[in-house]
Amino acid sequence: MKAFEYERPVGVTEAVALARRAGSRFLGGGTNLVDLMKLGVETPDLLVDLTGLDLAEVLEQPDGALRIGATVRNSDLSANDAVRARYPVLSQALVAGASGQLRNMATVGGNMLQRTRCPYFQDVTKACNKRVPGSGCPARAGEHRNLAILGASEACIATSPSDFAVALAALDAGVTALTTEGEVSLTVSDFFRLPGDEPQRDTNLPPGALVTALTVPRLDWATRSAYRKVRDRASYAFALVSVAAAVDLDGDRVRDVRLALGGVAHAPWRATRAEEALRGGPATEEAFSAALRGELEAAEPLPHNGFKVDLAHNVAVRTLTELTGVPA
Amino acid sequence: MVRIQVTVDGQRCEDEVEPRLLLVHYLRERVGKVGTPVGCDTSNCGACTVQLDGRSVKSCAVLAVQADGSEVTTIEGLANGEWHPMQKAFKECHALQCGYCTPGMIMAAVDLLSNNPNPSEEEIRDGLEGNLCRCTGYHNIVKAVQMAAAEGGAR
Ligand SMILES: Cc1cc2nc3c(=O)[nH]c(=O)nc-3n(C[C@H](O)[C@H](O)[C@H](O)COP(=O)(O)OP(=O)(O)OC[C@H]3O[C@@H](n4cnc5c(N)ncnc54)[C@H](O)[C@@H]3O)c2cc1C
Ligand code: FES
Ligand code: FES
Repeated sequence: MKAFEYERPVGVTEAVALARRAGSRFLGGGTNLVDLMKLGVETPDLLVDLTGLDLAEVLEQPDGALRIGATVRNSDLSANDAVRARYPVLSQALVAGASGQLRNMATVGGNMLQRTRCPYFQDVTKACNKRVPGSGCPARAGEHRNLAILGASEACIATSPSDFAVALAALDAGVTALTTEGEVSLTVSDFFRLPGDEPQRDTNLPPGALVTALTVPRLDWATRSAYRKVRDRASYAFALVSVAAAVDLDGDRVRDVRLALGGVAHAPWRATRAEEALRGGPATEEAFSAALRGELEAAEPLPHNGFKVDLAHNVAVRTLTELTGVPA
Repeated sequence: MVRIQVTVDGQRCEDEVEPRLLLVHYLRERVGKVGTPVGCDTSNCGACTVQLDGRSVKSCAVLAVQADGSEVTTIEGLANGEWHPMQKAFKECHALQCGYCTPGMIMAAVDLLSNNPNPSEEEIRDGLEGNLCRCTGYHNIVKAVQMAAAEGGAR
């Protein structure tokens, strides 16, 4: 691993000032960044360790929202009573990711900003537009079984790896960040971006921005929510496809619904078209299926990942039928 | 170089380290805690699991500087005079063959019981998902954790 400097600031102002230095990176738990440094994918000159900052609290806000500090550990958030009771989808998504030891170290900010698991991105001997802009993307013609089916570009078909972010997208969460210029607030949907011709940018955060908190708005009916993840083996693997869903039922009709798909795009995929189709309609398996088929019309699968279209449909329909108690 | 202060298995250590030094290498090469092996070096296998301030972490994914000001417990610090109930249970249940995964497996299992003193078989398997064993097929590892749980292994 290349040598670098290390700082552990105690205030956010100092942290964002340090981040202006060329080649600096924030260090959350390091469970992704340190791995990428071993692989030579990341070669920072300075690590700004965030664990000395006062950002490790989960606070219920007067308006009922939950404000989650950026350095809260994944394991602490998944075990948090308010999260488990009010947003089961969030707790389930966290526990579906990595392993106990990694969740004990990993911060929620680092989870949101973890880099893609595309094999070409992680291998410095291969071309990759995300790692080296303009070098090309061998994945389209190569290994892409686990890559994007929605919203990809000629330049990049990588997927966003975070399970947690999929649940946050369904819950309309917000991200607060700080730069030396001041505070920025984004919704999770505006935070992540599709690759377009700038796949080197995972998010719309300004350069050097420190994520300070995530805010999950009050959503009383999110008590009826779930995260379901499908992978090549039963545990300890990244998603092939995942679904975060919450449903507000009015008898046998869908009053409101939230649906986001993971493992299918460069960002958590909020299924807004399916949500619209379902809102006000019957809570039946046929309706769920039709809504998902509509959503997935936009899919552009490649030769080896076409199976993800049906998989996404099936997993989402199953999740919705289980949440609503519709007989299968 | 950065000056760090870490308590390892109850022993206070103060050292100058390079920021790129991994915790597992610090423990093995500087503190002499060779009970903690390196398996994969890519945060996958869990062989290097130790406890950092009481919670299991993969010490190959942690920089030594990140442990500054913390307490580390390795497999070597688990026994206090006599074996920890988890160590006894691993021996009783033949929960190891080559033994390479065992230090990490035991450290992860102890953390598992501290969060959930009476886990079901499924919860044990889930809780140990970050620890890979090439030899045992996991069956006897699960039995050992159940035995340790019955004997109050959460300690
Ligand atoms: C074996 C293995 C299996 C895994 N499986 C899964 C899985 O199934 N699902 C899943 O979702 N994840 C999985 N992960 C990934 C894991 O969730 C991430 O590594 C972890 O969440 C990253 O958090 P961290 O705090 O350690 O981030 P770090 O490694 O510290 O940082 C990651 C990135 O975020 C940046 N960063 C960190 N904090 C901030 C901040 N506050 N503001 C701005 N930038 C910041 C860093 O500069 C870096 O670029 C797995 C990891 C491993 C090693
Ligand atoms: S050596 Fe650390 S996880 Fe394998
Ligand atoms: S006993 Fe050999 S790897 Fe587990």
